[in-house]
Amino acid sequence: MTDDKDVLRDVWFGRIPTCFTLYQDEITEREAEPYYLLLPRISYLTLVTDKVKKHFQKVMRQEEVSEIWFEYEGTPLKWHYPIGLLFDLHASNTALPWSITVHFKNFPEKDLLHCHSKDVIEAHFMACIKEADALKHKSQVINEMQKKDHKQLWMGLQNDKFEQFWAINRKLMEYPPEDSGFRFIPFRIYQATTERPFIQKLFRPIDSGGQLHTLGDLLKDMCPSAITPEDGEKKTQVMIHGIEPMLETPLQWLSEHMSYPDNFLHISIIPRPTD
Amino acid sequence: MAEAGEQPPPSPPCEARREGAEEPPEGGGAVAGAAEPGGAAAGSPGVEEPAGDAKKKIDVLLKAVGDTPIMKTKKWAVERTRTIQGLVDFIKKFLKLVASEQLFIYVNQSFAPSPDQEVGTLYECFGSDGKLVLHYCKTQAWG
Repeated sequence: MTDDKDVLRDVWFGRIPTCFTLYQDEITEREAEPYYLLLPRISYLTLVTDKVKKHFQKVMRQEEVSEIWFEYEGTPLKWHYPIGLLFDLHASNTALPWSITVHFKNFPEKDLLHCHSKDVIEAHFMACIKEADALKHKSQVINEMQKKDHKQLWMGLQNDKFEQFWAINRKLMEYPPEDSGFRFIPFRIYQATTERPFIQKLFRPIDSGGQLHTLGDLLKDMCPSAITPEDGEKKTQVMIHGIEPMLETPLQWLSEHMSYPDNFLHISIIPRPTD
Repeated sequence: MAEAGEQPPPSPPCEARREGAEEPPEGGGAVAGAAEPGGAAAGSPGVEEPAGDAKKKIDVLLKAVGDTPIMKTKKWAVERTRTIQGLVDFIKKFLKLVASEQLFIYVNQSFAPSPDQEVGTLYECFGSDGKLVLHYCKTQAWG
């Protein structure tokens, strides 16, 4: 039998080959070569792109440089969404490497949050974990942890240390033996075809009859258009970490094994390619 | 949608719903203009909230933490699609804070939702007794 822990590793070490190119209108002193990087799916753009920033700033004059931001085919990429989610939502089914455009000017205030330091990322990340635990355990687990445990979660992510992160995170994945799962499943459903932000509601891991809720049950409730009617043509793909999990998969299992480090299941619903 | 930051003072983005005895005589509708003295007269027929609109709004209870100034009106009817940032801008304006001053908003006295999060979503997950309680603070209160 495969150990479920392997799934945690596969999720943690997922990478997306990416090519960063400087936006054509940025003013440079000499030509800016593209920069290639393997991006960790579970991390954040502004956390892992110091080298990209340095690379392009080398060819630019200081006064031409303000806050860096990223764009894919006209869509500004939200740094506070995990990288894997951004890719699944905007760039699934496209050729690799993922081609991201780098900007240093005209920051799109309406679309993006500012990220002036790593502290901003840490605060966002910890807030997500706390929100998730509010749903899972009424905040009991996160509140019982010490400051150093919180720090260890963040340092684990920042330094890409799987063991360091999971030594603490496993506590957030526990639930009382008399229950069949968390109180509510922390999830967010994103749709590529709408401008609306994500769907997030209360959803229990088990139904009133004690049966485990599945991914399909969740989608039927939250986003019925994502479910293909029987004998109907599949029009959408439901992606988590670059794969389409079976809709029969119990949600509790998904939450424990396929959540991002922020403890949310980030689910992308995208149009199925027609060819 | 009206954005707090772009609106001139007489038309506040949120509508006050006074608590308790100060309920307007018309019978509990939202009162526009209460946020600013000299704004639209509270209770005038023109500012009555249409019934259909009511469902788009949720009740938000704003509580100050520490030495952050309190708001006389605590309960507000807020559009579900209003973001936390929109609410921060509104509170800062209401308290006459300068733009550079920070304001943090907390849910459940535990986490600070992302500025682009909508209050409607937070209400769905963390609302109770028909309202969403948010704490606001000029300094970081909870991690």
